[in-house]
Amino acid sequence: MGLGSGASCSISLNTVLSPEQQALYQDPDSIREILSRTKTIAIVGLSSERQKASYFVATYLIREGYRVIPVNPRGGTILGETVYPDLKSIPEKVDLVDVFRPSSEVPSIVDQAIEIGAMAVWTQLRIINFEAAEKARGAGLFVVMDKCVKMEHGRFSGSLHWAGMNTELISARRAKR
Amino acid sequence: MSSEKARKFGFETRMLHAGHIPDPHVGARAVPIYQTTSYVFQDAEQAAELFDLKLYGNIYTRISNPTTAVFEERLASLEGATGAVALASGMAAQFAVFMTLLEPGDEIVASAHLYGGSVTQLTHTLKKLSITVRYVDPGNLKAWEEAITSKTRCLYGETIGNPGGSILDLEALSALADSKHIPLIIDNTFATPYLCRPIDWGATIVTHSATKFIGGHGTSIGGAVVDSGKFNFARFPTIADPSPSYHGLRFFDTFGHYGFLMKLRVETLRDTGACISPMNSFLLIQGLETLSLRMERHVSNALGVAKYLAEHPKVARVNYAGLPDNPYHSLALKYLPKGPGAVFSFDLKPIGGDAREAGRRFIEKLELFSHLANVGDARSLVIHPASTTHQQLSDEELAAGSVGPGLVRLSVGLETLEDLIWDLDQALAAL
Repeated sequence: MGLGSGASCSISLNTVLSPEQQALYQDPDSIREILSRTKTIAIVGLSSERQKASYFVATYLIREGYRVIPVNPRGGTILGETVYPDLKSIPEKVDLVDVFRPSSEVPSIVDQAIEIGAMAVWTQLRIINFEAAEKARGAGLFVVMDKCVKMEHGRFSGSLHWAGMNTELISARRAKR
Repeated sequence: MSSEKARKFGFETRMLHAGHIPDPHVGARAVPIYQTTSYVFQDAEQAAELFDLKLYGNIYTRISNPTTAVFEERLASLEGATGAVALASGMAAQFAVFMTLLEPGDEIVASAHLYGGSVTQLTHTLKKLSITVRYVDPGNLKAWEEAITSKTRCLYGETIGNPGGSILDLEALSALADSKHIPLIIDNTFATPYLCRPIDWGATIVTHSATKFIGGHGTSIGGAVVDSGKFNFARFPTIADPSPSYHGLRFFDTFGHYGFLMKLRVETLRDTGACISPMNSFLLIQGLETLSLRMERHVSNALGVAKYLAEHPKVARVNYAGLPDNPYHSLALKYLPKGPGAVFSFDLKPIGGDAREAGRRFIEKLELFSHLANVGDARSLVIHPASTTHQQLSDEELAAGSVGPGLVRLSVGLETLEDLIWDLDQALAAL
């Protein structure tokens, strides 16, 4: 199934956010919109180690057709892409900023995301900073917190289902090609 | 977000729809049976990424299959879980949980009221892997607590104990497991998610013999492991530490709330080979689609049969928690308000001092109840545990599992209630 098919239910499982916070920062319709509008994703804290979670996510997103730009002060190249020390140094438009850094670093990442005109900021599982999230929302950015971008993409594209996972997607309509 | 979009669909809707959206190419309304061993890769790079778990997808039906995935997601949805892995049988599912969680030297604290096959698996097969089991009276919370040592890695019990019909205090046990930072594993076979959802009461992992009420028609052997996704495995070595059988992958760190299930699928299931066939997954899905309707009739027939037996002069005792004088009745009202299942046992009074003989003769007189070693068929079933399912157990083990020599176990089916009572009545009359 392609992105956009099926009624989307919010998954209340496996998050530390309250239902009200989930409505703000884990809204399934916003997640779908981010995933369908995004072309370029900057992954802040992308590791060069092949068994790290961030490397899994980057590999997956590249296979799914996204352009992935690594951000890490260590520099070099990861997955064939030049690594930039911070968001401001990236010489092209970034749609989504995906964060694999501790919650305490989220405010400075959000400041840069606003500065470069990103559409959305997404913090991975258990990375939560409400103050920074509200600042980003106030600047007009979409915000997703305490979710994995790979899992959410896999959920809406149908591939997470193949791993036996509960996508909570219910629809009797034929999936789109 | 509109309220329609955020809708949480009901149990019956999810029985029919969860896990299956008609595919874009064919649009088949029924779940297709993908009777294939393997799946053609798109290209060499995609193949490598699939093997590396960096992409979700199918490689080989021993590990995953699209028909089986529908069964897995549907069951996970009905149990309120994050996901599921289906296996060849309930015994395989239970074994896979222990093989994934435990290491040599670890201990399990388990209810003494378990299916006889589970007792032999835990006591004897796991012993070969240097894993020790301590059995406790499931109703004695203090006994559970006292049996836990520094080596205990999980608690294990059945929602409705087989065959004595005891009911676990799920909320109290999950609080105990939480306080010890160990997972609570519940076999929910006899209840099914329609009658009880252990995860709602704090259980970590749920196992099923789907052969029983989930399939519901006695056609297919299958099992499943369902994970709440709520347990913090960060300090649980087998799930958190780098895995030597997957290039040092840290499953909990990498996959978070489905790290346990991923490890169970791509290591334990891969290496033990106890996979379910796609055909069986299809038949078990057919069962799930009518689960609520069947369970309602199962429990109403079971209560009718239990009430009849409780009044009969040749019956010494009926072990059904749906009866008000049963010691587990209040727990049943709390955890199984729709009814405590349709499998229960009763003790016949001895004939000339021989209860075993009474059980044997009773079973031979029955016309409608099928004498066989299964439960959860649409048809009514009967067995005499002391001479069949529990015959490998010693007298002490039998007593610990509350199985007497005159104990008869019934699995009450969907037939006309009056016909079932007629059959029991004529067989008792012949004793």
